[in-house]
Amino acid sequence: MQLKLRVDGAERTLEAEPRHTLADVLPTHAGCEHGVCGACTVIVDNEPVRACLMFAIQARGKEIRTVASLAACSTAGEALHPLQRAFNEHHALQCGYCTPGFLMLALPLLDRIKKMTDEELREALSANLCRCTGYQNIVKAVRAAAEAMR
Amino acid sequence: MKREFIGRSVPRLEDLPLLTGHGRFARAVSFPGELHMRIVRSPYAHGRLLGIDATRARAAPGCVAVWTSADVAEVPPIEFRPTRVKGLEPYRQHVLAHDLVRYVGEPVAAVFAEDAYRAEDAAERVELHIDPLAPVLDAEASDIEPTLIRKEYGDVEGAFARADTVVELELSIGRHSGVPLETRAAIARHDAARDLLELHCATKRPHANRDVIARMLKRDPASVQLHEGHIGGGFGVRGELYPEDLLACVATLRLGRPVKWIEDRRENLMACNHSREQRHRVRAAIDASGGILAIDDEFFHDQGAYVRTHGARVPDLTAGMLPGPYRVPAYRARGRFRLTNKTPAATYRAPGRYEATFVCERLLDAIAHKVGIDRIEVRRRNLIAKSEMPYKRPMEVLEVETVLDSGDYTGLLDKTLATVGWPALQAELRARRARGEAVGAGIALFVEKSGLGPLDAARTRVDQDGSVEVITGAASLGQGVETVLAQICADALGVDYRNVRVVHGHTDRIARGFGSHASRTTVMTGEATRLAAEKLRAAVLDAAEGLLDLPAEILDIVDGRIVRTDVRAAPLLALGELARGRELSEEAEFRSEHMTYPYGAHVAVVKLDRDTGAVRIERYFVAYDIGCAINPMLVEGQIVGGVAQGIGGALYEEFLYDERGEPLSTTFADYLIPTANEIPPVQVLVTEDAPSPLNGLGVKGAGEAGVNAVGAAIASAIDDALGRPGAVTQLPVTPTRLKELLRK
Repeated sequence: MQLKLRVDGAERTLEAEPRHTLADVLPTHAGCEHGVCGACTVIVDNEPVRACLMFAIQARGKEIRTVASLAACSTAGEALHPLQRAFNEHHALQCGYCTPGFLMLALPLLDRIKKMTDEELREALSANLCRCTGYQNIVKAVRAAAEAMR
Repeated sequence: MKREFIGRSVPRLEDLPLLTGHGRFARAVSFPGELHMRIVRSPYAHGRLLGIDATRARAAPGCVAVWTSADVAEVPPIEFRPTRVKGLEPYRQHVLAHDLVRYVGEPVAAVFAEDAYRAEDAAERVELHIDPLAPVLDAEASDIEPTLIRKEYGDVEGAFARADTVVELELSIGRHSGVPLETRAAIARHDAARDLLELHCATKRPHANRDVIARMLKRDPASVQLHEGHIGGGFGVRGELYPEDLLACVATLRLGRPVKWIEDRRENLMACNHSREQRHRVRAAIDASGGILAIDDEFFHDQGAYVRTHGARVPDLTAGMLPGPYRVPAYRARGRFRLTNKTPAATYRAPGRYEATFVCERLLDAIAHKVGIDRIEVRRRNLIAKSEMPYKRPMEVLEVETVLDSGDYTGLLDKTLATVGWPALQAELRARRARGEAVGAGIALFVEKSGLGPLDAARTRVDQDGSVEVITGAASLGQGVETVLAQICADALGVDYRNVRVVHGHTDRIARGFGSHASRTTVMTGEATRLAAEKLRAAVLDAAEGLLDLPAEILDIVDGRIVRTDVRAAPLLALGELARGRELSEEAEFRSEHMTYPYGAHVAVVKLDRDTGAVRIERYFVAYDIGCAINPMLVEGQIVGGVAQGIGGALYEEFLYDERGEPLSTTFADYLIPTANEIPPVQVLVTEDAPSPLNGLGVKGAGEAGVNAVGAAIASAIDDALGRPGAVTQLPVTPTRLKELLRK
């Protein structure tokens, strides 16, 4: 069947079966396919969602945001979002497989991070798994991005 | 050589595509007309495979073919690395099981279909007829021992006969593994026009894998090419050759279409290499003051059902590295390499050493307790002194003689104690324990190994726009290989590291390569890169001398331009201009017969929850001497990430089986990878006190320091919190096991 989804501000027509998840039809990273690792996290109507736990058809009529929307592209290259810059500066990624998911998890946090303690921030970021970094640079980068955006 | 980039925490070159969603991970590697492969796996741990009925599967919509072992009868079992160890050949794994199944998850059939869902649908229609047999699930109970790893030197019996005291322990380490966040994948295609077989995504040892595939499929090695894209973590398990890689290659050759296979997480947890599970019976002969006279260790290594590509390297590393940083005058290790009906095992980051350090450091704590001296003091009395370096240990590790190349172990211990404020920490913990808290600190020392030979090569060339390309046989698994090699090349040549493009993981770009594993890349490929870049620098200056009619002695390369060093003047020429008239390209190789041995210390502070059995790590510290840190930020990143994996193995991660050999840890809800909540902030001290004499920069490897001693340090800390030296004898210390300890 044909499915129309709004992805990163544009309408996209996709070929999908009813059983296909959002993770199947978007270029996300799948880490566990059962909603634990968060590698496939995208933003649906301003909330982080595990794309592997949502059928593609359930996303109809909703605003989907993926990592591809973060940087502003031009011929001169990509102007990175402060969150992406902070991940680079603080070495918050190694293999990079969890990175799009973490960026999408952290993006909605940036507004309210000022009021969060480190423990609360760690708790919020514990939604996703990273196997490379040991998390501390991810925590640092998210905090730094919020600072930079103030 | 000027050091403008070496030693600086410059940002990584590899981040941009990863941050913007442009990473080329396996899911993004697709070829027109590709088929999708799904593996049918044994549901029994042990059984006779009586037959497979694929009739209904073949009739499923979109199914193109179903293969059983008869369809791949010509494919030999998968090779392991060349080794002097005899007797392993009969235990290699066939790409599909033929007479017996030996673990749950063993491939028994392969289904090829038009898309991944249809392949899975068809796979569910494959009917297996298996007559179950009793499984063997404990290495000690197994009667299949393909080899016994023996290492021995000195008069062990004599030492035990004259010892003042003997300390004996039984210790075990749980079964856990690398579990990268991206599962395995294999994408194969055959370009019939040029008769080229390509395999994508098997990253780690591309050239070695190319040669094995060529031999197994009876092809010319030049007709096989391996390509790496991005890889979601390696940690030892990713990039070895598995049955699925070979099946994808055979299928694309036979079916005439590209073949894509992506493992799911359940498969990954029961089919990708496991690691670590060992049980040790170790004893030490000691003198009255706690000095070690001899160590005697017998251990059972649970290899699982087959000998995979590493052969018996993991127990070899355990036996060879167990004495750690200590002076052990007489030593004997017997590693019983046993087969069981579990997922086959191989290397996981710090293979054999996570286990060995746990055993060695438990032993040191036990010696201290027995003699009645402090945990620090017992270590001081037994550490190899700086003046004894290089220190030759009369046994081999990985068939290479052991020479600890440099080190100041006591010096690093002192720095560790000073940095963590050990005496004040002890007083604080005593006070808290007096108030009823179950808190304690543990310390563990270790020696790592890195820079495994035999050689590596690199080619550097200047392009006409002045950019520099470094072509290597390395692989990138996320460590920062491109950045580090670019930093080395930049300083050796005289350019900005951002103008250096590093090529890795493509067998068609360089004839030889040894990949990335065993903490070897910065040492081996790094040194080859430095040598090639220095040759290139000489060639550039030579060319400039001819062109400018100035002696090379007064010329230098600064930021990619030729400058005069004798007078202040504007740059004379850019490298790109020079490259337009001539080929500026140089290759070098670096050979090393010995490994280089970095070392370090871990300190853990834990608090036990008596109600839940949880272990809360309050503080974690790692000191590590790396000889020369090319990029300290990346070294720290390696260490902190390794600590997180070590904590997983010490407290949470374990592959469990029921009595029928059914794996119980097949989802991330059962196999617990630590989250940000479980990992404390880790403090790291990187020192450069003992550069390696074995390479020009003095580099040692960074990859495995973080994970190595975590089990040991946490065990020691839990003992301290319990006030019971030697209480922890088994990893992981899960809440259930801690509750048992608390009840005792």
